[in-house]
Amino acid sequence: MTALLNIKALKAYYGQVQALHGLEFSLRQGSVTTLLGANGAGKTTTLRAICNMVRSTGAIEFDGAPLSGRSTENIVRLGIAHVPQGRGTFTSMTVEENLQLGAITRGDKVGVVSDIERMYEHFPVLKQRYGQQAGTLSGGEQQMLAVARALMLRPRLMLLDEPSFGLAPLIVRDLFKILGKINREDKVTILVVEQNAQLALELADHAYVIETGRIVMSGTADEIANNEDVRKSYLGY
Amino acid sequence: MELFTNQVLAGIATGAIYACMALALVMIYQAIDHLNFAQGEMAMFSTFVSWQLMQWGVPYWGAFLLTLALSFAGGIVIERLLFKPLAKAPILTNVAGFIALFAIINSVAGLIWDFTIKQYPTPFGSSPFLGSQLISTHQAGMIGVTMLLLIALYVFFRFTRMGLAMRAAASVPESARLVGINTSWMIALGWGMAAAIGSIAGMLIAPVVFLEPNMMGGVLIYGFAAAVLGGLTSPFGAVIGGFLVGIFENLAGTYIPGVGNELKLPIALALIVTVLVVKPAGLFGRPIVKRV
Repeated sequence: MTALLNIKALKAYYGQVQALHGLEFSLRQGSVTTLLGANGAGKTTTLRAICNMVRSTGAIEFDGAPLSGRSTENIVRLGIAHVPQGRGTFTSMTVEENLQLGAITRGDKVGVVSDIERMYEHFPVLKQRYGQQAGTLSGGEQQMLAVARALMLRPRLMLLDEPSFGLAPLIVRDLFKILGKINREDKVTILVVEQNAQLALELADHAYVIETGRIVMSGTADEIANNEDVRKSYLGY
Repeated sequence: MELFTNQVLAGIATGAIYACMALALVMIYQAIDHLNFAQGEMAMFSTFVSWQLMQWGVPYWGAFLLTLALSFAGGIVIERLLFKPLAKAPILTNVAGFIALFAIINSVAGLIWDFTIKQYPTPFGSSPFLGSQLISTHQAGMIGVTMLLLIALYVFFRFTRMGLAMRAAASVPESARLVGINTSWMIALGWGMAAAIGSIAGMLIAPVVFLEPNMMGGVLIYGFAAAVLGGLTSPFGAVIGGFLVGIFENLAGTYIPGVGNELKLPIALALIVTVLVVKPAGLFGRPIVKRV
């Protein structure tokens, strides 16, 4: 299978501080890939670098075309949806407006309306709250909204930054079930960054372990899950 | 009682102008977090442009619409040339930029059209409105045009895709970029709209205060007062603030002994200070909370 996203020699900087030191990895079309690593390893930075939200060098190719020199909004328009850490909810707007914003670059009004209905099927709780200010939603509901908003783009690639952060375990289960469904049914390639390694490895086909801005291990999710070091460091048994 | 009604209605009429100015200020404030001190001068310049067009024989409403379009374009040009490069600069640099813009527009207007006071026409006439002595047709026209403008803006921001995108860009810029909105252009559009709204305020108030390069000085301060009163984060609040300041100004001038016309302006300033002390976020604004 071909790679949808290909990253070579990726270095990223916050001011003078270098956060990524020549990262290399690729995502297979239609796969779910997870980036594992401790706090500060560079997981979030990697996602931000893909969307040109942090200064970086190196080559990032999406579907064969380089992303360098493109602005964040232009990268998004190619079909890369990013669910940022902290969810990025438009808190002063209604749930439905948040969903409409997810599809703001799309011209097909009819498709947008039917996609909003589809999101309400995926996430029934959002339907109950459609006219409510998004800022009044609970953390779990806002995370559902963030994922739904990203899906409204009809993305080819979805980047998720710690979707489980701050959520109750049951809600996290639900959310990951839905992510799996989206990946299978809508053929959305997913790159998910997670602290909850166990859950991420259950969902993923492929995993990379990242340490201080470098990939230190790569393999199928099963291989990584059974690796002694990973078990000790990230799975805790 | 008739005096009271009369003063309230007159207050609503000038309040409509303050509402426009406050709205223009809030629009730019929402987009770039700075107060545009030059908003009044931009409006004054637009009004001169419309006057010049009329001197060249363009009929009133033609000049009005043409000025709207030119002001919109002018606002975008100012943002692209001056404030886009300053986007990441410190606050004081931006303040210096606004003051420079103020001084430049004021002097250029004086240079082109000189500082003598000019008559400015009203399309509504100045006879009593519907035979009533309470309000003149021009005052009614000021209220009417402002109402149309507010309705149009409401519909735009509430029901159009572009309006939604502009709101999103102003409220959470990073998320807006992540859904594919070109936030930089949304800021430019905000400037264009603010300039156009300001030009309406200028053209409506010019028959009252007469046309000259310093005509908007007082009006802008009332606009500031209105925006602060209503809350700088709330366009709706700014509009309500505008009407309240207009009414308050007139009633204070009429009923508080010793205030009269001379002390009206200090009253607006006192209002700004009072609101900032008592309710810093304004009547309808939300307090800005920063996480540390």
